[in-house]
Amino acid sequence: MPRLPLDIDRRALLRGGAILGAGAAVSSLLPNWAMSAERSSLSALPTLSGEDIKLTIGHTPVIIDGKTSHAVTINGTVPGPMLRLKEGQQVRIAVTNTLDEETSIHWHGLLVPTHMDGVPGVSFPGIKPGETFVYDFPIVQSGTYWYHSHSGLQEAEGHYAPIVIEPAKADPVAFDREHVIVLADHSEMHPHLIFKRLKQQGGVFNHQRQTIAGLLAGQDQTLAERTEWARMLMDPTDLSDVTGAVQTFLVNGHGPNDNWTGLFSPGERVRLRFVNAAAQMIFNVRIPGLKLTVVAADGQNVRPVEVDEFQIGNAETYDVIVQPTEDRAYTLVSEAIDRSGMGRATLAPRAGMSAPVPPLRERPILTMKDMGMSHESHGAPGASGNSMNHGSMAGMDHGSMAGMGGAAPLPGMAPPRQRGGDLMGDMGGMEMNMLDWSKAPQIKKGPGVQMITPMPMDRTGEAGLGLESVGHRVLVYKDLIALEANPDPRPPERALEIRLTGNMERFIWGFDGWKFSENPPPYSFRTGERVRVTLVNDSMMTHPVHLHGHFFELVHGPVDQMPRKHTVSVAPGGKVSFDMTAEAGDWAFHCHMLYHMHAGMFQVFKVRPAEGASA
Amino acid sequence: MPAQSAAPADPHAGHTMPASQPAPVDPHAGHAMPPPSPARTGVDLPVGDAAPPPVIVDNLADQMFGSGPMQRARVTLENEHGGSRISKVQADLLEWAPDGERYGWEVEGWYGGDINRLAIKTEGEGASREGVEAAEVQLLYSRAVSRYTDVQVGLRYDLEPRSRTYATLAVDTMLPYWFEAEGAVFLSSKGDVLARVEGSYDLRLTQRLILQPRAELELAAQDIPESDIGSGLSTGEFGLRLRYEIRREFAPYIGVAYERAFGDTGRLARAHGEAVESTRFIVGLRAWF
Repeated sequence: MPRLPLDIDRRALLRGGAILGAGAAVSSLLPNWAMSAERSSLSALPTLSGEDIKLTIGHTPVIIDGKTSHAVTINGTVPGPMLRLKEGQQVRIAVTNTLDEETSIHWHGLLVPTHMDGVPGVSFPGIKPGETFVYDFPIVQSGTYWYHSHSGLQEAEGHYAPIVIEPAKADPVAFDREHVIVLADHSEMHPHLIFKRLKQQGGVFNHQRQTIAGLLAGQDQTLAERTEWARMLMDPTDLSDVTGAVQTFLVNGHGPNDNWTGLFSPGERVRLRFVNAAAQMIFNVRIPGLKLTVVAADGQNVRPVEVDEFQIGNAETYDVIVQPTEDRAYTLVSEAIDRSGMGRATLAPRAGMSAPVPPLRERPILTMKDMGMSHESHGAPGASGNSMNHGSMAGMDHGSMAGMGGAAPLPGMAPPRQRGGDLMGDMGGMEMNMLDWSKAPQIKKGPGVQMITPMPMDRTGEAGLGLESVGHRVLVYKDLIALEANPDPRPPERALEIRLTGNMERFIWGFDGWKFSENPPPYSFRTGERVRVTLVNDSMMTHPVHLHGHFFELVHGPVDQMPRKHTVSVAPGGKVSFDMTAEAGDWAFHCHMLYHMHAGMFQVFKVRPAEGASA
Repeated sequence: MPAQSAAPADPHAGHTMPASQPAPVDPHAGHAMPPPSPARTGVDLPVGDAAPPPVIVDNLADQMFGSGPMQRARVTLENEHGGSRISKVQADLLEWAPDGERYGWEVEGWYGGDINRLAIKTEGEGASREGVEAAEVQLLYSRAVSRYTDVQVGLRYDLEPRSRTYATLAVDTMLPYWFEAEGAVFLSSKGDVLARVEGSYDLRLTQRLILQPRAELELAAQDIPESDIGSGLSTGEFGLRLRYEIRREFAPYIGVAYERAFGDTGRLARAHGEAVESTRFIVGLRAWF
């Protein structure tokens, strides 16, 4: 393990990785806030603050779990420096590019003017090699956010960092201490090669497929189930495109063996600000022995909700309060959704402590429900409320829903699914057409659309994939209720449905059947109009979808207190509706799984004053 | 930990709750409490049917940064969001039969986007004594026409046993149950029509050990005396190969292949005193990059 010097010369960092010798660069891999207690001083978290901030993008070698590899860095570190800002301030951030390719920074979740949003080709031309671009915008919000490159696949190479904005008024969340927890994935394989491999062979990184050996051992699907899935050319183990086979999962730039450690004093209320900065991995987060009280999602305060585990999609953030009372270490686990690996860190009263690391849990397999077939309405176990449709849900708040019928288990606490029941034969004789174009006429027909979900369901009340039966309480979207009243309580003037389409075999991804490179008409809006957008997932993968420049309100929440988010995960076979108030500008809209975006799952929301309205 | 977790707000959380908002309650506690929060959710809001605005075609950033730089950035943006070009070279078969010292190959490469690609295929066989006995190269334009199917048109050129050129129409597809299938029709410069059907299936024994049954049938629409081919089903090859994927891209294999001439082709072979069928054990490599 590298031993890092405690006193990084910040001016040297600001001058950037390019002028640092290789040795010096290696020794400054981590900004102080991300330094593990084991290696760094225990003083306050140094960050970049103030109205004038300088960032330099460069190449730097990084050492993760003892292995050196290459990274694209901000001020020479992965993650880059934390920006700690204050609501109401103005900030000027000069970004200098020392790479030999174009770069950019997008301020993820920050409401900034459209030309400051940092997407090359949408909001500005990008930052060319050797150039410096000065971002200049007011800070109009508070909470936990992050920033990252929007050029190429640089984010996968380490170009990301957190932002914490203190509220102008008193923070409604009380805490004694805080740690920022940036989750990420890192590969020694260059992201362009990863992308090429994904295109060359479907499921190339999946080493947890079903096998004959598994069948004989009575694992996974039964022969009848396998036959049926094979007939439809669907792989129920296709959970993640890029897996632990080629990735290491990081916490604050540390591999599992590096064991990043955050300190606490027993009895303290510790605020953990989680950011999922991973290029492609969704994580299941838990700290065995501690309850997690979720107090904010995507930087926006929510009514506190206590859970044991939550699933965090790419680009989402959650603020969590934990209150460890014992004088012992706790392991923080960020388990890959496909169980192909985990990130690991420690919360401890003193440096150098560790707690047992739980083993990886059995990898889940997809079910018919993930194809959008409401199969479990027949009473099979594991149905956590999906059999209820929108109509029957109306008029109930999420709380009474969860307890409805007395029998529906809490999210995460369903009895284990029984092997062998996942057959279409149970579908009441309905022959399901998995590619019925008439179900979504807006979809452009072509080889890029593998399936059209026959019966998409609202799955925001369900535990995320693989967390249905983990035996403890799991956060679901329906738990999220905004703490403050929504700023725009108007009902939507119109509805817009967007289908998330793809072909997993060809690794083609898009919206409504279009890859962005095929030049689809942009989604167009009038400034200030209120629109209900419904995202329907026509694939068997979860897609965390991000809209730039906006917070949107998930409609399952109580009127006026719908949870506000900038990124929403849409479950396989599921749909999610949100209301948004269109902000003037050109705004990127994309899946935040980097390789899906790179494959074409990207679009632009264009918002202009209505004809005749004064601009 | 107690199971009743969905819970409620820690009273010490320090959240300042608006007085009008009832504090969250644990609905699972079983207490007879009145419904705690407003019954209406966003789902209940009426959704209007206003018409969407006309599609917006201008680019706002052009006003700020000029249309030249933005146009260049847009080209990059499109290329990086679905416009990439990829290549692949795959040796399906690269094998050696010790008995008879025979070798064979079947290699394919392609370059292009998701829909349109240029493909090159080559296959052939020979023996260390006799040299190359059969060798062909195909140059094809390949187009993805549906989820799992590519259609390919182009030329085939035989170097051995005699040089000949064919127009080629081929279909490459994945059938239900994960059967890989390929069919091709060839029209030679002499007017002869040939066809070929291939199929294979990957039976995954473990994560890395894969058993692959494979069949290839050759057909002809007419007798072609100079090639000793009779009309109808002429030859067939059936193989069983067991490969070990050291990496996905690199898998040595062992196997057995059975070859047989059928119908008139078989009769012609017999007439020449040649064997109608043969079985050989093989070692080989499946690799791609």
